[in-house]
Amino acid sequence: MTSTAGVPPVSTDDTTAAKPRGRKLTGYWLILPGAVWLLLFFVIPFYSLVASSLFDPKGSVLTGYEMTWHVGNYVDAFNQYKGQLGRSLLYAGLATLTCLVVGYVLAYAIAFKAGRWKNLMLVLVIAPFFTSFLLRTLSWKLILADDGWVVGVAQAIHLTDVLNIIGLTTTDDRLLATPFAVIAGLTYNFLPFMVLPLYASLEKVDIRLIEAAGDLYASPMRGFFKVTFPLSLPGVVAGTLLTFIPAAGDYVNAQLLGSTNTKMIGNSIQSLFTTQGDYATAGALSVILMVIIVAAVMAYVRTAGTEELV
Amino acid sequence: MTRARRWIGEHLVLGLGLLVLAYTFVPIAIVVLMSFNDSSTSRNVYKFQKFTWDNWLHPGSWADGMADSVWLSIRIALLATVVATALGTLAAFALVRHRFAGRSAANLIIFLPMASPEIVMGSSLLALFVSAGFGGQLGFWTILIAHIMFCLSFVIVTVKARLSGLNDNLEQAAMDLYATEAQTFWRVTFPLVLPGIVGAALLSFSLSFDDFIITNLNAGQEVTFPMFVYGANQRGVPMEVNVIGTAMFVISIAVVLGNEIVRRRQEKALAA
Repeated sequence: MTSTAGVPPVSTDDTTAAKPRGRKLTGYWLILPGAVWLLLFFVIPFYSLVASSLFDPKGSVLTGYEMTWHVGNYVDAFNQYKGQLGRSLLYAGLATLTCLVVGYVLAYAIAFKAGRWKNLMLVLVIAPFFTSFLLRTLSWKLILADDGWVVGVAQAIHLTDVLNIIGLTTTDDRLLATPFAVIAGLTYNFLPFMVLPLYASLEKVDIRLIEAAGDLYASPMRGFFKVTFPLSLPGVVAGTLLTFIPAAGDYVNAQLLGSTNTKMIGNSIQSLFTTQGDYATAGALSVILMVIIVAAVMAYVRTAGTEELV
Repeated sequence: MTRARRWIGEHLVLGLGLLVLAYTFVPIAIVVLMSFNDSSTSRNVYKFQKFTWDNWLHPGSWADGMADSVWLSIRIALLATVVATALGTLAAFALVRHRFAGRSAANLIIFLPMASPEIVMGSSLLALFVSAGFGGQLGFWTILIAHIMFCLSFVIVTVKARLSGLNDNLEQAAMDLYATEAQTFWRVTFPLVLPGIVGAALLSFSLSFDDFIITNLNAGQEVTFPMFVYGANQRGVPMEVNVIGTAMFVISIAVVLGNEIVRRRQEKALAA
C-alpha cells in the first residue's frame, strides 16, 4: 500500500473510466459483437421461453406446438410441481446457510490470518473447479456410502438420529439418497461461490477499525458482530446470492445423491423438456422459477440494504 | 497454560479455515484414488478394491464412447474459449476505456448470465432453437453457441478487472516517447493485460469443458464428457472417467501456476 508513492491506487472502475481516451464510436464497435451475442442467445431466448410457456399444453414433439396464449399452463405447472419448487427453495436455502457459516470461517482465515499464504489459499479455493463437477459430486456417493465410515461416525455420535428427527434423513442407517445428502452436495459444490465474494469484502475491511473496537474494550466476539460482520455485509449478500441462485436450479446433486423423494425443480424441468417433450409445462416452470428467484433476490437485497452488486 | 491457550486462540480460525479447505479436496482425492482402482473383481464401483495402473495405461480398453465424449468436449471448449475470449476482451476494453451511452445497460446484460440459474438459461436457449426451427439440428453448433454465451460474461469480468487495475503511467510514458497509438497498444497495453486474458481463457475452457446443465438441454444426440459421466451413473461409472478427471485437474493446476509465475515476474519487472 505504501510503495505506490504519490500515485493514488487505481482500483475502481470509475477512476479509469473518468479519463476515456477512445474516439466516440470505437466503444460501440468494440462491444458490438459480444453484446449482439448476448442479446441473441441470452436475452431473446427468454422471450422464446415465455412464449413456449403459453403454448397449447396438448402439443408434443411429433404434433408440433401451437401458440394459444394458454395462461392456464402456469396454474397447472404450479399445482403439479409445487412440491419440487418448495424443495428446491428449501434445499438451496439450507445449503446457502451452511455455506455462509463454513465459508465465512475460510474467508476470514484467508483475509486476516493467512499472511503470506493468502494467494496460495485463494488458488486452493478455486482448485476444486478444475475437476469435473459431476465427478466430484459422484465422489460424495462414495463418501456417504452405507458401509462407509462417515455413516459409522454419524451413527456413533447419534447425528443420524438427530437428522432423522428433523426430517433430513428417512432411516437412521443411511445418509445417501436422503435430503441430507442432496444438501451436503449442494453445499460442497457451491462453497467457492460463497468464499470468494466474502473474501473480497473482508479484504477491504480496515483492520484498524477492528483494533479500535478492541481498544475500546469490546470483546473479540462483540468486535466481530459490531464491526467486522457489518462491514462484510456486501460480501455476505453477493455470496448468498451467488450460492442460492445456482443451487435452486441445480438438479445434478438431487439426481446423483438423492432419491425419487428429493427431486428438485431442475429435475422436473429437464425431464419435461428432454424426455417428455412437454414444452408448455417446462417453459412455465422455468419462468416460475425465474420469477421466484428474482422476487426473492429483490426482497433480500432491499432488506440487506446493499446496492453495489453489479 | 495461558501461552498454549493464547496460541490456540491465535490459530483457531486459521486451523478451522484450513480444515474447510481440506474438506473441499476430499472428493478430488477420491477421484484421483479411484483412477487407480481395479474394478474388475467387483461390481461395486463406489468402493476401492485393488490398486492398478490399467486405467491409465490402456486407453484402448476405455468404455465405449468415452474417448469420443472427451474429444467432443475438448473441441467445443477450445472453440468456445477462442470466440468468447476474443469477443469478451474487446467488450472489456470498450467498457473500461470508452465512454458510451448504454454502458450501464451493457454491464447489466453481462452480469445477468452469471446470476441466472443454468436450468433457466438452458431451457430458454432450447425454446429459442426449437421455435426457430432448429429443434432437429441440436448438436455441436447449438452446444458451442450456448458455451460461448455463458463464457462471455466471465471473460469480460476477468479482463475488465485486470484492465481497470492497470495504471496508465506506462502508456503515457510510451506516448511521451513518441510511440504511435498502435505501438503503445501492442508493446505496452496488450502485454500488461495478457495475464488477464490468459486467465479468462483458462476460465472459459474449464467452464465449457465442465458444463452439464445447459449442455444437456441443447445437445441433441451428442454426448459431451460430463454427459457421459451422468449417463454412466445409471449403469455404474467406469473407473476410466476418474483418469480424465485426474488428468484435467493436474493439467489445469500446472497451467494456472504457470500463468501466475509469468504474472509475478511481470510485476517484479515493473516494480524494479
